[in-house]
Amino acid sequence: MKNSSNTIEIISGNEACAMAALAAGMRFYAGYPITPSSEIAEYLSSRLPQYGGVFIQMEDEIASIGAIIGASLTGVKAMTATSGPGFSLMQENIGYALMAEIPCVIVNVMRGGPSTGLPTLPSQGDVMQARWGTHGDHQIIALTPNSVRESYDMTIRAFNLSELYRTPVILLLDEIIGHVNEKMTIPAAEEYTIHQRPRPASTENYLPYKITPSGVPPMADFGTGLRYHVTGLAHDETGFPTNNPDKIQELLLRLDRKITQNSDDIIEVEEYLLEDAEIAFVAYGSAARSSRHTIKLLRDSGIKAGMLRLKTLWPFAEKQIAHYSGHIKTWFVPELNLGQIAHEVEWAVRGRVPVFKFNKINGEPINPNELHQFVKETLHV
Amino acid sequence: MFDYNYYLRTSKMPLIWCAGCGDGIVLKSLLRAIHKNGFTKDNVVMVSGIGCSSRLTGYVDFNTLHTTHGRAITYATGIKMARPDLKVIVVTGDGDATSIGGNHYIHAARRNIDLTVILFNNQIYGMTGGQVSPTTPRGKKASTAPFGSFENIFNISGLAIAAGAAFVARTTVANPVQVENYINKALQKKGFSVVEVMTPCPTTFGRRNKAGDGVDMLKWQKEHSVTIKNAETMDPAELNDSIITGIFVDIDKPECRAEYQKVIDQLKK
Repeated sequence: MKNSSNTIEIISGNEACAMAALAAGMRFYAGYPITPSSEIAEYLSSRLPQYGGVFIQMEDEIASIGAIIGASLTGVKAMTATSGPGFSLMQENIGYALMAEIPCVIVNVMRGGPSTGLPTLPSQGDVMQARWGTHGDHQIIALTPNSVRESYDMTIRAFNLSELYRTPVILLLDEIIGHVNEKMTIPAAEEYTIHQRPRPASTENYLPYKITPSGVPPMADFGTGLRYHVTGLAHDETGFPTNNPDKIQELLLRLDRKITQNSDDIIEVEEYLLEDAEIAFVAYGSAARSSRHTIKLLRDSGIKAGMLRLKTLWPFAEKQIAHYSGHIKTWFVPELNLGQIAHEVEWAVRGRVPVFKFNKINGEPINPNELHQFVKETLHV
Repeated sequence: MFDYNYYLRTSKMPLIWCAGCGDGIVLKSLLRAIHKNGFTKDNVVMVSGIGCSSRLTGYVDFNTLHTTHGRAITYATGIKMARPDLKVIVVTGDGDATSIGGNHYIHAARRNIDLTVILFNNQIYGMTGGQVSPTTPRGKKASTAPFGSFENIFNISGLAIAAGAAFVARTTVANPVQVENYINKALQKKGFSVVEVMTPCPTTFGRRNKAGDGVDMLKWQKEHSVTIKNAETMDPAELNDSIITGIFVDIDKPECRAEYQKVIDQLKK
């Protein structure tokens, strides 16, 4: 497997993710083995040293995310990859990266849960954990690819968003997307824009947590001459802990604002056959692949179906769903969980049109025929 | 005279530490040792976890990182692996490093990664109000051991030795010159080095255990310190109530980041 430009490869979503991370400039990986994500670590363990980068297998997932946060502070792009149980262990330090605004990418190849659950079988059960897994009020960015090619593109995008907004970004693959093998053309480097975190323009009066219009303060690399303090405690613009209610409020609202005011840039959806659609799916990841097939079956039987596919899961595409509600008479939300995103859709629709959820949690993917059947029964056609 | 202020963020003073706490003695010894080694402030990264001693990073003018509870060594490992040219020092306590962070402590020792860990052992969770820690001696009282701790303790230095650290020493704040000397040696070691410093907590340990104030607890440390050399000839029963001090390990062995560099260099050929 090469990483040269425009070669055609048959690779898995996990491999595409690992290759794209290198293309995005990621030079530090720390992780702990867990199915179904281990191929990412295996690939990078052989490639990173060839780039002069660092690969280290840590003693657990808590250590893995700690190490990537430390590495990122020195200015290097860093990532880890895991699955549900490991993602649970990472939550506290994801909150740290949010609070201290340290860019990093966390890949979670979702398997069935709770607990050890279904190590080798697909699930979309971690979408709410991605949203609210760490404690406290916070915004989070999470992306969900639905193909091998998109795993590649979204990995690059995850690094870009992470750098631009100084925040951890979560990439949610489900086991199907992680393990499916598809043909893809490896894009040439010039096909991508690679972003770097904002760095201070001068060494004068550096404030590591300065309140800027964009909400994103420039970040100095550790060990380059600008000494500052980083803490997970509530802090003021200088980075030192504060108990001043005004400063606390200012910090937490800025952290919120830097994502919410840029949500149009962050949120990406695919509008698939929505123009004439009367019913539509809201789907993501492997469930969107099943839905696409179901749409064909429905259209063959005369039902005008379409899909709003969520490429960005968080922040949520509330505006887009609201926009189509009305024109779309009925929403269907197929998921490999018990309706975690369906509830968000209901909230976005605010009762204007009905929302039906279709859920599968037995480790099997959604069969397009059973989804087709469900839609027909629900619509009484 | 040595200018402590050069290394301190004096605008962040006063320290949060209580009167009689030994942590300030470790801070001063640490700064003297850093100065002696000639490290520039820009090239030192100091990483801490959560607890009284871990608040130290807020007061020193280096690249400082106050992390999550127990995880300082993991952040430090990332920094060292990414920027091996930086001097990375971890400041942590007994609960932080050996209870919640015990796994990271032993694995960093196993890797022999080039970090210096200054481990403040006050035998209690001071910041949260005096709860029992893995180093609270059996029989001693804590807010969560009202009848005296019924558990056995960790030998923190012994743990690092068994796990493979290159340099391990223990001393007390009653002997600040030795604290400085041991930290100085630890900073020079290429590999994982630990200096365990016994430091009194009169507020939460001393008060409950009728150990007196800070001065009384320092006197106790002095009277109960036994050097490793003397301890070797003594009956273990005599050492029950003692602090064994000295350099336990000082060896050279392959260091983690340097070994990784060999992999990178080999692939370049």
